[in-house]
Amino acid sequence: MIPVCRLEDLPAGESVRLDTTPPVAVFNADGALYAVDDTCSHQDASLSEGWLEGCLVECPLHAATFDLRTGQPTCLPARRPVRTHRVSVVDGTIHVHLTEPAAVPVPVPASATSAIVPAGVSGAGSLSATAHSTLTGEGSAA
Amino acid sequence: MNTVTVVGASLAGLYAARELRAQGFDGRLVIVGAEPHLPYDRPPLSKDFLTSDPSNLLVGGAAEAPLALTDTEEIGELAAEWLLGVHATGLDQHARAVLLDDGRSVVTDGVVVATGASARRLPGPWPAGVHTLRTLDDARALRADLAQGTRRVVVIGGGFIGAETASSCVALGHDVTVVEAAPLPLLPQLGPDMGAFCADLHRRGGTRLLTGTGVAGLHRVASPHSHSHSHSHSPGHVTAVELSDGRLLPADVVVVGIGAAPNTAWLAGTSLAVRDGVVCDDGCVTSLPNVVAVGDVARVGGVRAEHWTSATELPRVAVRNLLAARTVETVTALPYFWSDQYGSRIQFAGHRPADATVRIEEGSPDDGSFLAVYEHAGRVTAALAVDCPRPFMKVRRELRARQVAAV
Ligand SMILES: Cc1cc2nc3c(=O)[nH]c(=O)nc-3n(C[C@H](O)[C@H](O)[C@H](O)COP(=O)(O)OP(=O)(O)OC[C@H]3O[C@@H](n4cnc5c(N)ncnc54)[C@H](O)[C@@H]3O)c2cc1C
Ligand code: FES
Repeated sequence: MIPVCRLEDLPAGESVRLDTTPPVAVFNADGALYAVDDTCSHQDASLSEGWLEGCLVECPLHAATFDLRTGQPTCLPARRPVRTHRVSVVDGTIHVHLTEPAAVPVPVPASATSAIVPAGVSGAGSLSATAHSTLTGEGSAA
Repeated sequence: MNTVTVVGASLAGLYAARELRAQGFDGRLVIVGAEPHLPYDRPPLSKDFLTSDPSNLLVGGAAEAPLALTDTEEIGELAAEWLLGVHATGLDQHARAVLLDDGRSVVTDGVVVATGASARRLPGPWPAGVHTLRTLDDARALRADLAQGTRRVVVIGGGFIGAETASSCVALGHDVTVVEAAPLPLLPQLGPDMGAFCADLHRRGGTRLLTGTGVAGLHRVASPHSHSHSHSHSPGHVTAVELSDGRLLPADVVVVGIGAAPNTAWLAGTSLAVRDGVVCDDGCVTSLPNVVAVGDVARVGGVRAEHWTSATELPRVAVRNLLAARTVETVTALPYFWSDQYGSRIQFAGHRPADATVRIEEGSPDDGSFLAVYEHAGRVTAALAVDCPRPFMKVRRELRARQVAAV
């Protein structure tokens, strides 16, 4: 449980960033408190600096929008959710209860990549397969 | 419409394919891409990609995974035929077929032109050690050259890609010089005041910035390793850049960042109007109603933008008009781009008339964090922020609302 700040120091429409690893953003969305991982799931931008509208926050860099209740993106370019964290207020102080870190994504091992070259990629056959592998972790052996 | 062919398998082409499906097109979708890669993101190529951990240097290593713009699941959903590593070489008279360099052609009812732009090159021979930075393959080659110990790097051109590349090279510990022909970097994009700020970013970041001088040529020696270099290079390795004022800058690595030219050569001989880009109306529709153009290659309503955000915004309107077979919607997007240099994030939105004046609205350039607005005839027409995202978003929204209201 990490103390954030006094409730009155986070007025509606405001946000604050916690220097945890990874950093966490805490929002007061019109009276409801939310906490999500601060770094956008798309690229390198801080959601605590985003635009808050209702329970949606828009990323300041490429305008992906996340639903603070679920962490799910509601539009591109983000395609993955951000983690959400539980928030509580104890004696007028906001606290964040960090969710267990998600499993760290590991690159797909070479032996498994052939399975993720999608059947729909056709036409230039082997070329597109090569292409796909170079962006997913195989490739160098070719 | 039974078949739509998207030519160009990058950012704008992928967004067009997504829009086609999202707007209900359930016919045959063919995507032709000259590069052998599935769509990937270019902006990181001059930023994190160059500076990422050298242990990721292997092709396909961890540094490349975040570049992918799509994944297996989405590729399945799009149900498209991907012709990758294939160049379109022409359109038949009424765009009823897209001709391919492997001799095949795709008979089609509609075409989305999304062929983007290519890095401009210097005339003359192209010795080893000289790079452009547009594609993943370019970035891999540059990164490999930069991994061979401390290098003297000369970046020709002080535009965004030149500045970002210089910043990445300095971060890697190289000795970096940027040569810019204009008196200040980024003059056409940002004007003199903010150009001067960006010149300071270079100097404070440890890059030598030489302005007001062009490049006369490249010096080279026969390289002992020339057999190992790709045959697109003439024999020899670059040794120095000669400036038009006679100065000689010793160089191991040269990055040529002198802009990009739209990829329209394959449309020569068609009835499409081409003038520094494919000429479109305000709705991305070309002179043929069944051909639309999006992204860096498209000149929409007189403007050709080379920005990531326009490449993602134009396809929705273009596809709508393609499926309607006429212009039913026009583009109202506000120009926006960002750039990361020397640890500072620059964001710009709006239109900047040449004689606009700049006012600092928040923060201060000396502290490295500020919001500046461009004013013209008593109105704010554009905004530039450096590490000041919240106030920037507010102005950007106001500008966008006003632009939409004005249409
Ligand atoms: C290094 C770098 C950094 C950048 N950084 C930023 C940034 O920070 N912010 C920003 O706003 N923008 C940035 N941009 C610009 C942004 O990446 C472009 O605006 C965007 O990529 C345009 O997308 P596009 O799909 O229109 O064109 P492109 O990405 O150029 O793709 C066009 C594709 O079409 C293919 N093609 C060309 N001719 C043919 C043919 N005849 N047949 C088949 N295929 C063909 C090409 O091979 C290419 O794959 C950057 C660009 C680069 C290169
Ligand atoms: S970094 Fe958030 S949308 Fe791109």
